[in-house]
Amino acid sequence: MKFSIFSIARNAMSYHENWQAHWRNPEPKSEYEVIIIGGGGHGLATAYYLAKECGVRSIAVLERNRIGGGNSCRNTTIVRSNYLWDEAANLFEKSMQLWEGLSQDINYNVMFSQRGVLNLCHTLQDMRDAARRVNANRLNGIDALLLDAQQVKALEPLIDISPSARYPIVGATFQPRGGNARHDGVAWGFARAADSRGVDIIQNCEVTGIRIENGMVIGVDTSRGFIKGKKVGMVAAGHSGVVAAMAGLRLPVESHPLQALVSEPLKPCINTVVMSNAVHGYISQSDKGDLVIGAGIDQYCGYGQRGSYNVIEGTLSPIVELFPSLSRVRMNRQWGGIVDVTPDACPIVGTTPVKNLFINCGWGTGGFKATPGSGWVFAHTIAKGEPHPLAAPFALDRHISGALIDEHGASAVAH
Amino acid sequence: MLLITCPWCGPRAESEFSCGGEAHIVRPKDPDALSDAEWADYVFYRTNTKGDHAEQWVHTYGCRRWFNVIRNTVTYEIKAVYKPGETPAGGEA
Repeated sequence: MKFSIFSIARNAMSYHENWQAHWRNPEPKSEYEVIIIGGGGHGLATAYYLAKECGVRSIAVLERNRIGGGNSCRNTTIVRSNYLWDEAANLFEKSMQLWEGLSQDINYNVMFSQRGVLNLCHTLQDMRDAARRVNANRLNGIDALLLDAQQVKALEPLIDISPSARYPIVGATFQPRGGNARHDGVAWGFARAADSRGVDIIQNCEVTGIRIENGMVIGVDTSRGFIKGKKVGMVAAGHSGVVAAMAGLRLPVESHPLQALVSEPLKPCINTVVMSNAVHGYISQSDKGDLVIGAGIDQYCGYGQRGSYNVIEGTLSPIVELFPSLSRVRMNRQWGGIVDVTPDACPIVGTTPVKNLFINCGWGTGGFKATPGSGWVFAHTIAKGEPHPLAAPFALDRHISGALIDEHGASAVAH
Repeated sequence: MLLITCPWCGPRAESEFSCGGEAHIVRPKDPDALSDAEWADYVFYRTNTKGDHAEQWVHTYGCRRWFNVIRNTVTYEIKAVYKPGETPAGGEA
């Protein structure tokens, strides 16, 4: 079934009661060429590009719960590629380019909206860092503009740029191609597109062990029995350490709660995505009208999908200082996701010491924007058995070799 | 917000404290003798336990002293608080 204006018209005749399920719910087969552990956006995108770009015919995605029920539905949906260092910029820009054609490619409206991303500067040093990052972005072919306070005000009329503000705004960087997308739609869209290419998406199937023989992976034990696999990719986000431990691997990763919250719906009032490194808050407005507000990670390790209230307070108070007219807006919902954070706040994508076992984790607080790019490079990594050139700098052993990518705090928002 | 009992000051709100990560990581006595992998393990690799986790906290906005906490990383329940050099009541960390 292809979505088009004709299919909408046809289904309107039957009061939209005959749309078919977007993906099958198959029983697991006994053997697959590639098994992906984790049915979030990244895992589903990996399966899709494996089927589409790499011609792999037999793929399973194993998900412990339901697809798109973890971090895929718990993020603040921001998409940008304005990273400072070449390695990160190239990877996230690849993702951005995939975003730009994604709805057409997977025939699913992911509501990608390039409304622009502002990264506020509050001090002279912020402006110097911003100018450096804008120049670095431009050298990498990424759109970036340096704005002064008046230009910020023109984009966001509600923002307080008075010099006496608690967090005075000196200027901002602006990436016009940045924006946001509908996070559920991305997971569903990739699931549907992968399924239509024959990928088995197996939900409620928890991986309980990874079987290794002679240093080579041979399959996974699951709550629904043993499944043989020639290659296995681990894309388990917050639980990457737990899954990797099944293969005897220790990771340079710690899992933290990351909180976000949405307000009651309002008329359109925030035009772009506004982020501030210094106060560590970010805000955008969804198409439904709710303000989507994100925080920094909670300081402690946690798998509980919830964090502490002082972090919410620490986020909302500067948001209200930046947008004083939002002070009486009531918050509707608040939640936490589990993010796995690496010491250099950059992802880990690549091979492992176990043959035919691959890992994709450590996206920390910024994984959503990478969904298509992560899937793209990981699919190639799995298919070829060696890292995709864009993923090569993000090897698992970079914390041993010392080739860290010092994006921590250097990117548009401190991770 | 967690309610953390500082061994010196008593129960206080989490916002008075800073978390210092995994506890009981011992600095290698002879760093020159370590391989890169062993050094990386000391500096960067963590157990990231799902369950009871020994971690260090400091009472930043109080007595500014460090101590250890056994906290469950799923329920966030604090099971034991003990001073540096001590072992937690009821077992090993």
